[in-house]
Amino acid sequence: MHRSLPVMDQRKFGETLRRDAWWVPNVFVVTILTSFLVYATYAAFANAHYTSGPYLSPFYSPEIWGDSPHAWFGPKPVWWPGWLPFSPALIILPIPALFRFTCYYYRGAYYKAFWADPPSCAVGEPRKTYWGEKSFPLVMQNFHRYGLLLSFILLVFLWHDAWLAFWFSSGNGGTQFGIGVGTIVMLVNVLLLSGYTIGCHSMRHVIGGFRDKLSGSRARKVAYDCSSACNRGHMNWAWCSLFSVALTDVYIRLCALGVITDLRIL
Amino acid sequence: MASTTFKIWRGERGQGAFTDYATEVTEGMVVLDAVHQIQASEAGDLAVRWNCKAGKCGSCSAEINGRPKLMCMTRMDELPAGEAVTIEPMRAFPHVRDLVTDVSWNYEVKKKIKKFTPRPPDAPDGTWRMAQADVDRVQEFRKCIECYLCQDVCHVLRDHHKHDEFIGPRFLVYAAALEMHPLDTEDRLRDLKDNHSIGYCNITKCCTSACPEHITITDNAIIPLKERVVDEFYDPVVKLVRLLRGKK
Repeated sequence: MHRSLPVMDQRKFGETLRRDAWWVPNVFVVTILTSFLVYATYAAFANAHYTSGPYLSPFYSPEIWGDSPHAWFGPKPVWWPGWLPFSPALIILPIPALFRFTCYYYRGAYYKAFWADPPSCAVGEPRKTYWGEKSFPLVMQNFHRYGLLLSFILLVFLWHDAWLAFWFSSGNGGTQFGIGVGTIVMLVNVLLLSGYTIGCHSMRHVIGGFRDKLSGSRARKVAYDCSSACNRGHMNWAWCSLFSVALTDVYIRLCALGVITDLRIL
Repeated sequence: MASTTFKIWRGERGQGAFTDYATEVTEGMVVLDAVHQIQASEAGDLAVRWNCKAGKCGSCSAEINGRPKLMCMTRMDELPAGEAVTIEPMRAFPHVRDLVTDVSWNYEVKKKIKKFTPRPPDAPDGTWRMAQADVDRVQEFRKCIECYLCQDVCHVLRDHHKHDEFIGPRFLVYAAALEMHPLDTEDRLRDLKDNHSIGYCNITKCCTSACPEHITITDNAIIPLKERVVDEFYDPVVKLVRLLRGKK
């Protein structure tokens, strides 16, 4: 840079000439993410009221071990260490947590909201040092694609759960097709999670973005275009799917507690 | 006609203060029109860089009410009515005088990026064949008018002054246009990681929001480059697959 000329004085923390309420998105991000974290922690440690009829909370899916009929391998294994808290959700939740924590959209949002780096565009910062994502620990964000891979596997199970949500007990040991409000809740949830996952930047890269030529394979081009279409609204998918996961758990929990009754539409 | 107050930064070499000017604003005016009006009537020595007045030359970049914008593309009716309008120079570059900054650092950075290196021609007449779908992706990046508003708003340059290490969003877009080009054969990934410090970008998307050409800088250029850098240097599975396939 032209060292003989000085730059303008550095803005102090929070200093800006912007007239808009630049801090409002940060308040939203801090409030929503903190609330979600608190609720998810409660729901995960509760280890109860996570199923109702054919519905299984997305926090607990897949239920590898557990006390509900959805559990793959029965109740908590005998070898589970006594000092380690047990809940089927605690086995699963690290995966979506890794996926969302390293998500390119959320990164930008929480760097601003929680770390003020920067507080907002063209707003003064609190500290002078800066490492970015070039050094440890934030260089670990580069493993986002592994979060994607594992979350994609979970998504398959969530679709399976949504399918099972159409099959209600017929009372004679069998099942019959039906639709309840919970079925729609679970279906909407898995659709939103799919939009969020398909539009993931790493997904877009893996299914074609890594190549300079997309025209060689029609299937790849279609997949890339589909991912790009979802990617354009990635922020909206991210928030809507976060809300839907929590609200789906709330709905099933309230049904399980008997606070509300699931309305059968069909 | 309504009179509006403009607070314009006056001074040299980073020193100075806002000076108030009142001028009449008429329908359809942009901020640059008001600045010219002030220059013609009250402040003949006001330094301001401009050229096309059509949002295509990228000369009149400044900070209007604290936001990096082109003066010629900011309509007066977009700004809060009845409030003073502040205009100051870009803060990421050395200040010369009034609203003028020295953006020559950008020209030096551009020279450091490996040039377009096409594969041998596809046809005997020295021409190439490309599918439209393959060039569509990089076409967006060619809309850049080099106004450097993205560089100005990028906090890595603006607040942390990493000019010696980081090339900034403008040149990450430039590198993406070359790196993703279907004819290009050059490899810029090591440079992007080590010399151009793409890892400094923490994806706040300020560059995207400042771009007057609406280039999706972060999502379509920077993040895809970051992902390619991950493939090359951080992902052990990709490394293993390459090893098994006999590629380096």
